[in-house]
Amino acid sequence: MKLALLADIHSNLEALSACLEHAQAQGAQRFAFLGDLVGYGADPGAVIDLIAQHAERGAVVVLGNHDAAVLGRPIDPMTASAQAAIDWTRTRLTARQRAFLDALPLLVREDDCVFVHASAHGPEQWDYITGEVQAQASMRAAKATYVFCGHVHKQVLYYIGAGGRPIPFEPVPGSPIPIGRHRRWLAIVGSAGQPRDGNPDACYALADLERARMTFFRVAYDYAAAAKKIRAAGLPERLAWRLEHGE
Amino acid sequence: MANRPAGAPPREGDELDGFRLGPRIHLGGMAAIHRLVGPKGPLPLVIKIPRLGIGEPASNVISFEVERMVLGVLSGRQVPRLICTGDVETRPYLVMEYVEGPPLEDWAVRAPLPPHEVARLGAAVASSLYELHKQDVVHLDVKPANVLMRPDGTAVLIDFGLAHHSRFPDLLAEEFRMPVGNWPYMAPEQILGVRCDPRSDVYALGVILYELTTGRLPFGMPTSMRRLRQRLSRDPVPPRALVPDTPEWLQEVTLRCLEVQAANRYASAAQIAFDLSHHDQVVISERGRRLRGAGWAVRLRRWLWAAGYEPGPCPPASVQVNVAPIVLVAIATTHTDEAVFEALREATRRLIAAENQCRIACVTVTAPEPALGAERIEDAATSVHIRHLVQLRHWAKPLQLPEERLTFHVIESSAPAAALIEYAKANQVDQILIGAPPPRGLTPWRGSVASQVMAEASCSVTVVRPRAGTESPVE
Repeated sequence: MKLALLADIHSNLEALSACLEHAQAQGAQRFAFLGDLVGYGADPGAVIDLIAQHAERGAVVVLGNHDAAVLGRPIDPMTASAQAAIDWTRTRLTARQRAFLDALPLLVREDDCVFVHASAHGPEQWDYITGEVQAQASMRAAKATYVFCGHVHKQVLYYIGAGGRPIPFEPVPGSPIPIGRHRRWLAIVGSAGQPRDGNPDACYALADLERARMTFFRVAYDYAAAAKKIRAAGLPERLAWRLEHGE
Repeated sequence: MANRPAGAPPREGDELDGFRLGPRIHLGGMAAIHRLVGPKGPLPLVIKIPRLGIGEPASNVISFEVERMVLGVLSGRQVPRLICTGDVETRPYLVMEYVEGPPLEDWAVRAPLPPHEVARLGAAVASSLYELHKQDVVHLDVKPANVLMRPDGTAVLIDFGLAHHSRFPDLLAEEFRMPVGNWPYMAPEQILGVRCDPRSDVYALGVILYELTTGRLPFGMPTSMRRLRQRLSRDPVPPRALVPDTPEWLQEVTLRCLEVQAANRYASAAQIAFDLSHHDQVVISERGRRLRGAGWAVRLRRWLWAAGYEPGPCPPASVQVNVAPIVLVAIATTHTDEAVFEALREATRRLIAAENQCRIACVTVTAPEPALGAERIEDAATSVHIRHLVQLRHWAKPLQLPEERLTFHVIESSAPAAALIEYAKANQVDQILIGAPPPRGLTPWRGSVASQVMAEASCSVTVVRPRAGTESPVE
């Protein structure tokens, strides 16, 4: 069964729709949304509704730090533009959409997989996996063969070498990678709704756990439309510019 | 096999997931290889079983995993076909095609070999390496024992346990403190920890050429790190100093493969295959003529370079070899058309500007000499050949390209399109430039040449047409 993994959607309906469509064309039968459904973008309500529909059909959904911020939970201070988007998002959600976010778990464990937004080591601390040390901490805490996460907006696959240390690997989009069950893996699937590596294409990944294979993808989408909506909503200009430039 | 202790070596007659083991054909430090006697199928098969268990190094299982991963995605006759694999955790094995043909080792023990035989074997290995590199794989353990020669002359590379595939995580990275690979054949950058440069395989091929030519290894069989690192600063004794009959072109090719800095080697294995197949076109530099290695000043400079060396990031192997394409320019010297010639030159100039390591092979096809011989002396085969060669050189002169990036070939054939297609295939040509037929199609054979080449060539074909108004007047 193919499992589509999407993270950091950030209220970007165009990117989310494009990734879902791409994943379905690739034969995805299950979906996991790895947090930060909202924040930054101009379509929080529509994005939550779409993901809630998938959740009803059995999709995994976990909470991200931007989702927590919208709910008013205590988190570290954000940049001014991120905070402005959080404040704006609060005014746009229905009670039902808010309740959906409020019910999301921080971490989901299923068989030999752990799904989390940031790190399995203290998920509510929202640590960034920026290197070997953080990857090691998350993999140790998860005690699972596979850890799937987001938060860092870049696609990276960590694997444990024989030396016992995690080694980062930058995946080539579209190339299937063998992810043997006898090793441990941590996959950062990249951001669907706000890529930051200079390429505006949306990120997601597809895992085929029976065949122990995983493929990272980049999907072209109408970022101009998403940026236009951000400007129309009166959100900070920088948030629109980022989508256009992938930064 | 289940009734014997785990880790016990497999034996003839054992059965494994329905495969019945025949005689053992190889027992190495990492794995044992048996012929398979059952089940019967269309292809003769072997099974490779890694040596695991107490006392065996952990790297064996990783190498098994690497080989399974890499062979699983490789295609082509230059690698054994992988049929199926066993689970890494419970029953690791690889079932693959049994390759008919002796290892290159059988030739190495008879070295020194005649130059033309070294060239034939070397070109076969180079072509196979190029096919690997195009598929993003660097072998990193090229040595005569890992090359099998099929009866049709194709070199088959085996044992991918140390290979690097740029689209997969490198399971061997950082696993070993000692350099991984076979020391006598290992490239300088590989000694320093780089595992992703296709030019490391080019270096190993250089060692093989050296060995076949002289019967010796360029840096012996080092047993310590200090001895191993000698090749970072020293040059090998030139083959011509050991075997004086070694032609300069063979030494030129060999020593260029053995350059310390990867950037000074051939940029792609296809270019080596090309040079070894057309040795009359190899431009001889000081390298080909020298009778001794570099002096102390050069060695000191290299030593300082190696001491401060930091491996950089790895671009995919296919990207690295693509910067050094071989371009065939079809120049119809039998139908001189200055406008088409100039258009071809213009297109070639643009290519040279974009691809600063590309090679231009200027090719023309002439009609075969009549069977009963020519009546007039100027039509005799050699003088016809030379006349066309002169025209090719004349065509290329304005390009002002260094000699080593230009080659000239006059092919004799009554089927020009087929001859060009065959030539392109045999020489790993990446792109063909060919003139378009005249607009009103007054010379019908040429029209069919360009279109047939376009339809049937195995590489990209660019049809070049002079700008409107610049065509030569139709006579």
